[in-house]
Amino acid sequence: MLFRYRGSEGMLAWAFHRISGVAIWAFILLHVLDIWLANVNATLYNDLLGLYGSPVGRVGESLLGAALLYHALNGLRIIIMDFWPSMTRYHKQLWYANWVAFVVIGVPILIQIMAPAFGLTAPFTFGGA
Amino acid sequence: MQIELRILRFDPERDQKPHEESYKVEAAPMDRVLDLLHKVKYEQDGTLTFRRSCAHGVCGSDAMLINGRNRLACKIRVDQLKAKRITVAPLPGLPVTKDLVVDMDGFFEKFRSVQPYLQTNTPAPERERRQSPADRAVFDDTTKCILCAACTTSCPSFWAQPSYVGPAAIVNAHRFIFDTRDDAAEERLEILADRNGVWRCRTIFNCTDACPRGIHITQAILEVSSKIVEHHA
Repeated sequence: MLFRYRGSEGMLAWAFHRISGVAIWAFILLHVLDIWLANVNATLYNDLLGLYGSPVGRVGESLLGAALLYHALNGLRIIIMDFWPSMTRYHKQLWYANWVAFVVIGVPILIQIMAPAFGLTAPFTFGGA
Repeated sequence: MQIELRILRFDPERDQKPHEESYKVEAAPMDRVLDLLHKVKYEQDGTLTFRRSCAHGVCGSDAMLINGRNRLACKIRVDQLKAKRITVAPLPGLPVTKDLVVDMDGFFEKFRSVQPYLQTNTPAPERERRQSPADRAVFDDTTKCILCAACTTSCPSFWAQPSYVGPAAIVNAHRFIFDTRDDAAEERLEILADRNGVWRCRTIFNCTDACPRGIHITQAILEVSSKIVEHHA
């Protein structure tokens, strides 16, 4: 029924929230594993970090960033409705506002992550390295 | 125009599981899905079973899954569906008795569990219990429920956990919790603070979208949640 019922924006928002939540949880597992590797096998840890820096790894990081950003923004939407129930009347508008914020915040992050994969310099440098 | 009506049929005396049957019916754009179901029953297959009573969106008998969404068959028109093929199935999440008829016992049991009637500690006055228009307005929206079950059976939380009291019961609890003439709000809040109460709502809004009376159901659920938090603070 979950896939057959034609819900509207509210159901999509919820589905994406759950999917992004599971994706973040999966990354946390991977992250625990790679941090554990740093202590156990430094070479393998360095190889894994190299994989994160590869074009495929950067696509994965972009997807992770997208999941985190969506989950955070939709979480704020839910908090707003929890504290002010009358805002539920505008839940669709809040969701569209989420997507605007998602693009505005997400595109610079995407460029930052993906630029090196195309041989370009990432626009923002941290710590001058 | 000709419409293909695909109806999920189930006869417990004959069928192992539900199956879809297709019927071709002549329909006008202003015909309602209920009119099409009547055409099938009266002209093509008299064994087709469904509930309907007032046929004007008041009694709530003919809620069903129409083109993937819960709606009242007597309210949704052919032109509103914008499709030559219309699928009709029983309300999701409730046991099917036959064809489009579902067993509503569990639904009404949950409705009764929230004590949906006025309870007072004060003696009955000589005339009516008075209330200001402003106090009445607070719960006006939730007085409109017709218990069609379109909301509860559209809720993924209910599909996943049938013990969830469901949006319809919460709406009817809201109607009395926020009524200044009622004295049993605390008791209802305790009932709904249960693990199968309001906390199973995930603000999915299927209930609000499905309600044929336009009740802002998710808002009502969150108002009850807030009241529970306030009550326990």
